[in-house]
Amino acid sequence: MIWRLAFATMLVLAAADKRSGYQDASPETRAMQDDDASNPGFLWVQQGETLWAERTGNAGRSCADCHASIRGVAARYPVFDARLGRPITLAQRIQQCRVERQGAGPLAPDSDALLGLTAYVGLQSRGMPIQVSIDGPARPFYEAGKALFETRQGQFNLSCAQCHDGLAGQRLAGSVIPQGHPNGYPEYRLEWQGMGSLERRIRNCMIGVRAEPFAADSPELADLELYLGWRANGLDVETPAVRP
Amino acid sequence: MVRVLISVPKRVKRGEAFDVKLLISHPMESGQRRDAMGEAIPRDIINSFVCTYNDDEVLRADLFPAIAANPFLSFAVTAEQSGTLTMTFIDDHGVVQTETASVTVE
Amino acid sequence: MMRRRFLVLTGSGLIVPLAPMHPARATPVQVAALIAELVGDATLRDERVKLDLPVMVENGNSVGMTVSVDAALGDVRSIDVFAEGNPLPHVLRVRFGPRAGAPRIATRIRLATSQTVTAVAKLADGSCWRDRVDLLVTLAACID
Ligand code: HEC
Ligand code: HEC
Repeated sequence: MIWRLAFATMLVLAAADKRSGYQDASPETRAMQDDDASNPGFLWVQQGETLWAERTGNAGRSCADCHASIRGVAARYPVFDARLGRPITLAQRIQQCRVERQGAGPLAPDSDALLGLTAYVGLQSRGMPIQVSIDGPARPFYEAGKALFETRQGQFNLSCAQCHDGLAGQRLAGSVIPQGHPNGYPEYRLEWQGMGSLERRIRNCMIGVRAEPFAADSPELADLELYLGWRANGLDVETPAVRP
Repeated sequence: MVRVLISVPKRVKRGEAFDVKLLISHPMESGQRRDAMGEAIPRDIINSFVCTYNDDEVLRADLFPAIAANPFLSFAVTAEQSGTLTMTFIDDHGVVQTETASVTVE
Repeated sequence: MMRRRFLVLTGSGLIVPLAPMHPARATPVQVAALIAELVGDATLRDERVKLDLPVMVENGNSVGMTVSVDAALGDVRSIDVFAEGNPLPHVLRVRFGPRAGAPRIATRIRLATSQTVTAVAKLADGSCWRDRVDLLVTLAACID
């Protein structure tokens, strides 16, 4: 099988070869993303903006009370959290603030509220290049994420890398296989008929190869996202992106 | 109450058509799907939409289950004087929601 | 329009999706009957209506569509859109009031499969006009 050989050497994408999923989407889908007034992701951004200003929890503080600006933050996530001793995602950081600083209950994973807040924070970095750091203590988690990306899994015995490095640009059924970058999340996916997280997207791909998806908030997911973030460095944040 | 985003130009010219865009957060459950247990998911859509401008009608639409989730509507309006666009929609439970946007004519 | 698909790896190393479960569909005959009812005794002519839809659809869950009529606003009674490959073929009916800026509507629709979509405009003088688009709906690969 020829494709086995092609995958034997794993490609590392050079910055110039990096392609956002935007470029693989149809002109109609791109137009939907380009116009804020017709991008349904903004329905979630609107909810996030409301929550951002809402005083809640035992502390009676809003996000806005403590954060004058959150610009550029999303472009750096996931980051290594010194206290936890491991990488955390943007949504996990938001939950942390909500629980520890607002004294409110955590938002349900993949809830409209959490997607909305994450999209609102993400939007403040739109157009800025992703800059995820894997220096220092983050390094081993990056290595673990990379290994996960390259591990064959599921009944189809395929790795993320086989599709997203090896076959990117080719067609799978009707759709072009994108490079699989995280730069648009949370994003509005036509297939979902709604907004969804990067975790949900990864779950989709794992179910696609008939693997058992990583649990929400599992360390594997954060490691994988750290690797995906590093791999996308230099691509512009597009949150809230629109994809098929 | 569902979330709604209305976009109209800040200022418009008297008598000149301008575009309105509207997004509504609604699943538009078609009534054609089954859940994981195989049970039919009941239909739940916005079935009717009316837009008026200062009490004159702009357009009215009957929406059927083939309208995509999180409906998007866009159409043209003309205004002779400043006023209010009123958009009213009704869902399958008979819930009526009204949203407005003001328009400045110059 | 429940569409649950899985990837299948064939012996040749090709990956193809299993066919989606298709619910009951309308037929061109049913849609023709609906249109006949709408049109009545008038003849239906292929002019003056423009139905804008992509001919290659990336995902049938949300397909941008614009219908416009080449007629004075006050003359347009209604616009109807029908999708003959959908389980419920009637998509939309629009009527314009005096404050409309043009006889035109844009929205996003669901298309269960590759099919022909028809837009019909009825004018005040009873004449009826039509446009049709044949389109191909491709499938997304990875879903939950
Ligand atoms: C009581 C004050 C307070 C509230 C309320 C609060 N935060 Fe924070 N937030 C902080 C502090 C302090 C930090 C840590 C700053 C640092 O480590 O540089 C932080 C960090 C963050 C970060 C990471 C910033 C970075 O540079 O990595 C994000 C994102 C964030 N908060 C979002 C939110 C959101 C969303 C809310 C509302 C749900 C919220 N915060 C509520 C005080 C607050
Ligand atoms: C069989 C090939 C295949 C495998 C294996 C695969 N994916 Fe995907 N992935 C796709 C396709 C195809 C899409 C595009 C969307 C679609 O399904 O239409 C996609 C989309 C994505 C996206 C979304 C990109 C965007 O622009 O929003 C991400 C992120 C992603 N994959 C990550 C992964 C990860 C992480 C793994 C491993 C756990 C993985 N994928 C495994 C085929 C694959």
